[in-house]
Amino acid sequence: MEAISGNRGTEVRSDCFIRIVPDDEPGIRIRLKSKVKSLYGQSIHQLVQEELNFFGIRDATVEIEDSGALPYVIAARVEAAVRQITGTGQEFLLPELPQNRYSTERDKLRRSRLYIPGNNPKLIINAGLYHSDAIILDLEDSVSPEKKPEARILVRNALRNNDMMGIELMVRINQLPLGLQDLEMVARQPLNLILIPKCESAETVLTVRAKIEECRDTGEGPVWLMPIIESAQGLRNAYEIAEATPAVAALAIGLEDYLADIGAERTHGAEESFYARSVVVNAARAAGIQPIDSVFSDFGDNEQLLRVAANSKKMGFDGMGCIHPGQINVIHEAFNPTFPEIEKAKTIVMAYGKAAAEGLGVVAVGSKMIDLPVMKRAQTTIEKAVTTGLIPKEWREIQHE
Amino acid sequence: MNNLKINAAGRPVPPEVNGEPVVPYMGVGKYKPVASKCSPVIPSCADFPADGNKCVASLKEALVKAGLRDGMTISTHHHLRDGDLVANNVFDIAHELGIKGLRWFPSASFPCHDHLIPYLEDGTIAGIEGSMNGPLGKFTSAGKRERTAVLRSHGGRVQAIQDGEVKIDIAVMAAPCADPFGNANGLGGPSATGVLSYADIDVRYADKVIVVTDNLVAFPCLPMQIEGNFVDAVVLVDKIGFPEKIMGGTTQVTRSPDRLIIAELTARFCEATGIVHDGCIIQAGAGGISLAIATFLHQTAQKNGWKIQAGFGGTTRYMVDMLKDGTMKYILDAQVFDTEAIRSLNENPGHTAFTLNNIYNYHSKGNFATMIDMVSLGATEIDVHFNGNVVTHSDGILLHGIGGWQNCLFAKNTIIAVPLFRDRIPVIVDEVTTLCGPGELIDVVVTERGIAINPLRTDLIAKAADTGLPLKSILELKEMAEAICGKPEKPRFTDKVVGVVKWVDGTVLDVIRQVEGIW
Repeated sequence: MEAISGNRGTEVRSDCFIRIVPDDEPGIRIRLKSKVKSLYGQSIHQLVQEELNFFGIRDATVEIEDSGALPYVIAARVEAAVRQITGTGQEFLLPELPQNRYSTERDKLRRSRLYIPGNNPKLIINAGLYHSDAIILDLEDSVSPEKKPEARILVRNALRNNDMMGIELMVRINQLPLGLQDLEMVARQPLNLILIPKCESAETVLTVRAKIEECRDTGEGPVWLMPIIESAQGLRNAYEIAEATPAVAALAIGLEDYLADIGAERTHGAEESFYARSVVVNAARAAGIQPIDSVFSDFGDNEQLLRVAANSKKMGFDGMGCIHPGQINVIHEAFNPTFPEIEKAKTIVMAYGKAAAEGLGVVAVGSKMIDLPVMKRAQTTIEKAVTTGLIPKEWREIQHE
Repeated sequence: MNNLKINAAGRPVPPEVNGEPVVPYMGVGKYKPVASKCSPVIPSCADFPADGNKCVASLKEALVKAGLRDGMTISTHHHLRDGDLVANNVFDIAHELGIKGLRWFPSASFPCHDHLIPYLEDGTIAGIEGSMNGPLGKFTSAGKRERTAVLRSHGGRVQAIQDGEVKIDIAVMAAPCADPFGNANGLGGPSATGVLSYADIDVRYADKVIVVTDNLVAFPCLPMQIEGNFVDAVVLVDKIGFPEKIMGGTTQVTRSPDRLIIAELTARFCEATGIVHDGCIIQAGAGGISLAIATFLHQTAQKNGWKIQAGFGGTTRYMVDMLKDGTMKYILDAQVFDTEAIRSLNENPGHTAFTLNNIYNYHSKGNFATMIDMVSLGATEIDVHFNGNVVTHSDGILLHGIGGWQNCLFAKNTIIAVPLFRDRIPVIVDEVTTLCGPGELIDVVVTERGIAINPLRTDLIAKAADTGLPLKSILELKEMAEAICGKPEKPRFTDKVVGVVKWVDGTVLDVIRQVEGIW
């Protein structure tokens, strides 16, 4: 019997391919082919020895084809191969990076979330560099079925050992029941939010929450949920899903699958998705959470992306997904409050404050009456402008000067 | 090799190389030789046809007529880059004639020159002195060459020829366009290279000059980038190169998102610290990051309404775009990387060929490089003292030439724009494997995870404070690289010196040793 894991080939970088063949010859024989052999040959040997020893594998031949994998990647690949041989559920964990453990707020800014394929170390390494509001390590559509087990281990190690630079950490698990296996592996790790794909009922959300609570200590920080509506059935239950538990922080829509499900075609004008997107916005707002739009799939066309994102903001969405780092700034630009919006909001907030101080019941800016909803909207705009750094926190004092 | 002496950079270097005495590196600006320029043999026009027709039937005949014999030094230029057929052809002929012990002195070599490895093995070629890329470099690191490799910058090559350190016996100069008298340029023909800047010094100082063209035109070939008066013979061949490989290579803006971050940070740094400004002079290379920096600086200049006085370097369409919309006034061109740049040379009076002697020669009356406001360069390694390496990788294997890198370090502001690590190989390290550039000349290191300013540049440190840029110390950058990649082991070398790195003034800056266990 032999076990293999990982990837190799001329295009593959920062990964390794591992083949373990248990045999009767005593000892571990490691055959290492690596572009960094003269720099890390010894440490790779050491790591693999230590890990096999941990799993109780004493006699085996190990072939490694390494294209510059970081230690946590090598460890994940070895573990994936060992699990095939021994069926072990033991986990070989490298010391967790303390800087990856942080909590996030339920209503934090979520304009952009960058999808990273969960089995591609090359793309994971720099995931934190692009200043997206969140990173999603994806175990679902970007990982082929036979690679799910090794991807799960890689994502677990990445959450622990790849510096994510303080960005909100999300994992998109697989549809249940497969997704429950994903949760067993990742729920205890540094993690802020779980995306539930193809969610069709509140029950699914509650099952996910229960699984997380079973795996994770409360002291390890909250894990928020973002169900994704991707079917006609899911859309029907959008509100129930959104308010299934206070752990749900946002409700997203996945248009590719949704449009396939209802038999519609995706067009530039997006009329075919207008209804579904409106329903998602409405359901999320009714439940007091963030509505989040789908991804824009052509990363070569940022002009169109800007139009789509601007429209998305107009419809009431708070953010959308990114499939390429080049989309992040465009999306931020679209979802950030504009300069005129901020100025108008400042005027309203100041006028409202002044009126309240003078005990006036009715407030007007120019000839327009300002009621409570208008005031609230202005406050939200100001908050966003402050969070995104467009205006300083002390804008009032500066306004007075 | 015994008798190594510690030079001013703290590196042990030999007192002689290939039997010739050499001067150890003494520090930046310290070594000033007292001598006259070297000169080639004096010819007489009585020996040349009165009708000006110097055409010879074949390259073989031309080489024989030029007196090709054992031990000679043959030079070629690298404007044909990886599409070059001429250099290979020269040594095919030498091999056929049974000539041994030649020294090849190219301005750079490319993967296509792998073809020459059998000639290194059978002794046709005894050694190479020039920028070595790819397999020839690896061959050198394995210690398989008779002579010690001598690595020089582009400017150092000009200096070595001028000072008589390297005497060229025969210069074989590929020319995309030439007339029977030997006037030549790179502007037209099937193998157009745009300019022939690297050929200029060779034709002036070589004893014999052979022009090889696949595009013979009637006299006069204009403009005369090579003057026919320096030329002994003209040879017409079917093909001097493969056009798709001449204009190929690294001439696309990087699409890698993390490399784009490096480029964007570099451009922001240049703007925030005032390094780039109205009327400035900049250099641009042809690597993916450099091209991206150029496009970002283009936007910066447009946004601020600045006019860049001159851009210098390897030219691509990205620089041409600046010239076209008036963001840049002049392009001084030493090497052309794409067809758009060739078109521009032909059409724009502000775009002109520029010789290496005029740019980079350190033993000359002024150093153009010191007039440049900003250069951005790459490196294989930068250490915590800002020293740079461009020739070997961290595994010790020689894989690149120095190119114009050392020469550009003299710019007012030298920025090294590199990733913190490549795959698992840290770029910011404790100590460079091979020293190619002293840290005192490297001002800023920009990586995707932070920018380090050389402590000597207190002015830049002051200007960069409060700009919101991610400033780090070089030590912090090194520690970040090690935290991610792990602390690297040292490569193992033998005592054998397989190459030396010359500084721009001809002194020996460092050595390259044979790497254990390759080949």
